[in-house]
Amino acid sequence: MSEIDLAPVQPAIEQYIPKGRAGLLPALHAVQKIYGWLPEEAASEIAKALRVPLADVHGVIEFYSMFYNEPVGKRIIRVCTDQACALKGGDGLLNHLCHHYDVTPGQTTEDLSLTIESSPCLGLCEQAPVALVDDDAETNISPDFHDYELGLPRSIVYGSIRKLTANCGEGTTTLAKYGEYEGLKKARTLGRLQVIEEVKASGLIGRGGAAFPTGIKGEGAEKAIGKQKYVVCNADESEPGTFKDRVLLSDDPHRVIEGMCITAYAIGASKGYIYIRGEYPYIVPILEDALQEAREVGYLGDHFDIEIRVGAGAYICGEETALFESIEGKRGFPRVKPPFPVTHGLFGEPTVINNVETLCNLPLILTEGAEGYRKLGTEKSPGPKLFCVSGDVTQPGLYEVPFGVTLRELLEMAGGVKGGKSLKAVLLGGAAGAYASSAHLDVKLTFEDLRAAGLPLGSGVVMVFDETRDMRDSLNRLGHFFAHESCGKCYPCQMGTQRQMEILNRVANGKALPEDMIRLQDVGWTMTDASLCGLGQTAGSAVLSAIKLWPELFESGSLPDARVEVKAEKKIIVKTMKPKAAKKSVAKAKTAKKATTKKTVAKKIVKPVKAKAKKITTKKSAARKSVKKR
Amino acid sequence: MAEITLIIDGQEVTAEQGKTLLEVAREIGKDIPTICFHEATTANALCRICVVEVEGQRVLQPACIVKAGAGMKVQTRSEKVVRARRTILEMLQSTMDLSDAPEIQQMMVEYGADANRFPGAERRESEVIDDNPMYVRDYSKCLLCWRCVQVCADDAQYTFAINFDGRGFETQIGTFFDKAIPETSCVLCGQCVGVCPTGALKPKREYLLEQGMTPQEIGVLNTGRKQRKQR
Ligand SMILES: Cc1cc2nc3c(=O)[nH]c(=O)nc-3n(C[C@H](O)[C@H](O)[C@H](O)COP(=O)(O)O)c2cc1C
Ligand code: SF4
Ligand code: SF4
Ligand code: FES
Ligand code: FES
Repeated sequence: MSEIDLAPVQPAIEQYIPKGRAGLLPALHAVQKIYGWLPEEAASEIAKALRVPLADVHGVIEFYSMFYNEPVGKRIIRVCTDQACALKGGDGLLNHLCHHYDVTPGQTTEDLSLTIESSPCLGLCEQAPVALVDDDAETNISPDFHDYELGLPRSIVYGSIRKLTANCGEGTTTLAKYGEYEGLKKARTLGRLQVIEEVKASGLIGRGGAAFPTGIKGEGAEKAIGKQKYVVCNADESEPGTFKDRVLLSDDPHRVIEGMCITAYAIGASKGYIYIRGEYPYIVPILEDALQEAREVGYLGDHFDIEIRVGAGAYICGEETALFESIEGKRGFPRVKPPFPVTHGLFGEPTVINNVETLCNLPLILTEGAEGYRKLGTEKSPGPKLFCVSGDVTQPGLYEVPFGVTLRELLEMAGGVKGGKSLKAVLLGGAAGAYASSAHLDVKLTFEDLRAAGLPLGSGVVMVFDETRDMRDSLNRLGHFFAHESCGKCYPCQMGTQRQMEILNRVANGKALPEDMIRLQDVGWTMTDASLCGLGQTAGSAVLSAIKLWPELFESGSLPDARVEVKAEKKIIVKTMKPKAAKKSVAKAKTAKKATTKKTVAKKIVKPVKAKAKKITTKKSAARKSVKKR
Repeated sequence: MAEITLIIDGQEVTAEQGKTLLEVAREIGKDIPTICFHEATTANALCRICVVEVEGQRVLQPACIVKAGAGMKVQTRSEKVVRARRTILEMLQSTMDLSDAPEIQQMMVEYGADANRFPGAERRESEVIDDNPMYVRDYSKCLLCWRCVQVCADDAQYTFAINFDGRGFETQIGTFFDKAIPETSCVLCGQCVGVCPTGALKPKREYLLEQGMTPQEIGVLNTGRKQRKQR
């Protein structure tokens, strides 16, 4: 360890020192860039420079799955094995790679050239199966591993309207192309309070999953008194099956920034943050460029400026208060609410935090006026809505439609279930959502209609499973996801997600015990009723919906035939699916993004490593495994 | 102090404004169990054993931090409440060693919790860490109440010697890169041992006595250490 040259640490973290503890995540990222991991000595240096206790620095490194406290490979391949990718052979891809390099998932080759990990959803579900290779997205990986797309992922946009996605599908929209911030201009002529009135009148409801009226938030923060007010853009997008914010951020960053400027103007905020998940590294430079453009023409500046914060692999950091903690340089533990962010948010000050898609609606509301905006959608769910359609459909992609189309209409737009099969289920709202069946096809996709049907809209996930799918596999992955992502703060979720995972694992292996269904219900209800934050409160939701739809799956000792069919299905996937041309009615259908950055390469993903692989397991997983074994 | 009126389990109660539901319930002799709550530490409301049902609230509310409000209708033992408490206890029992936590064992009896509710469940186990002259750490008994971390940090000592390893179910209290206590900023103040509810942190003397050593043998150990130090 003593050979570590600490000279590069200081220059790398220099710029974060004035931020103190709030500079911790960026400093850790910067130092990890140098060494590939976070050596103890370097972590000490950071602690000293930022004046953060050593134990706390270690606690932070331990919390985020993309920070490493032991050496890892120069190259890290994260293969998505979550829901949508699993339907397209994600597991096979991971196994193939691991076999090829003679490692098991989570291990590093002996020469430290490569680490292969399985990853929760990477937000690229419409192009499954996918992997993140260092900072590049590798998409549409064909099962024989000879074909894939590398670099900035494409944006595949369909739908019946193009309001929010007007500039999406043709690469990044520069400021020159985006034009003036007309919505912000309008806001300034209206005056602060009138802007809030307009947003309230528009009926805009937050798109991040919690379905909170946006205008009310703005009003609360406007009235609140604080030293400084903040606007935070929640770009953590980690809900499995969700990829809409990725498309908005990479294709139309100025719409997001304009939305933040409007909010800042309305509430009197002088500082903004965009918190983007660590699995979207390729979007960061796009945002940096866009912020710079906005600074050059004075939209951003001394009156209001925006900083980017990059997460490091923690779904919980999408929860608003955990996100604040993360910006403040801490473990992503959700806070007890109340107090609410509008009065006590980031750094304890009044804060408005909104989802990317929510913010993108604001310029629209201001330019069209609340009345004009309300022409789309329904009375209680006005406006346009983005749906992330993935899984067994003919045309997976991002769909923009007015609120009020039915699930059936949406699926028809997407070409129906792939291969002419019939529908088994739709996972609505993501892992935190619920399963719908063909009985729900005519439910209108609005907040109110879905609620009446007992289904969540969540973050707009519509993941399709055809008749051949074994839903126990999907449940098993859900169980794994929540156990992996629980922050561990409160008991119902910390232990409940673990117990749920164990039981779902038994169920998936056909080894369910008598009363496992009742155990799942008790655990699920307890998490729903008693957890501290939204993660635990929704961690049992999909499982409980599955128990209602398919109680037979949870019977002890049952191993239905679906498994066999799943194997057969893999063959169908092997036929490379060329995305079909979009319907005529779609203004700008899927357009390849930045042809220059996208390479279609016909070779192995990475060059074979000659050295024989040694099983180095990173400390985190080693420690955890040793606990597990006993 | 202004007074408010609320209803707890059908009973009209007058209480001082600003008190928590836990305080008000205890004043009228209603027992609400607590695990993580401790007067000397900042309440994090993380064990959720104290949850109660408040009319109009979507989810159960932790009585240890939620303030009693005028007109609130509270149920301290509804079906939902009992299910949540029982399940939390059953999960605790399946996770950790509760042998040094008699209050929790008592709660298990009271709520009819089944000690074997979760067959095949992974337990959180760890070796006893005996790395300093003052206390031993047995995290198999740790129920992650956070009190030790809090008193070591800004709730009392401002030493910041301990924090967390891992996350979720695999969380464990730990030091910087898992160093031994004497290699950390720990000043052996013993505050953490004082607030630990389960014997996960134990004075070394007590631990050695439990291991069957006699007070004399322990005394010899201690002199030995002192002499070494003097040299
Ligand atoms: C576990 C968890 C994860 C979340 N992840 C996200 C996320 O990635 N993006 C997001 O916008 N909101 C997320 N949310 C919701 C946020 O807490 C918050 O409600 C949202 O950012 C508010 O924005 P909105 O009003 O525009 O919807 C998450 C909530 C929970 C409980
Ligand atoms: S519900 Fe889960 S994620 Fe949320 S605070 Fe509790 S343990 Fe953490
Ligand atoms: S060691 Fe004791 S005080 Fe510390 S978290 Fe565990 S149970 Fe609580
Ligand atoms: S990217 Fe694989 S499931 Fe979303
Ligand atoms: S005692 Fe209230 S949450 Fe632990």
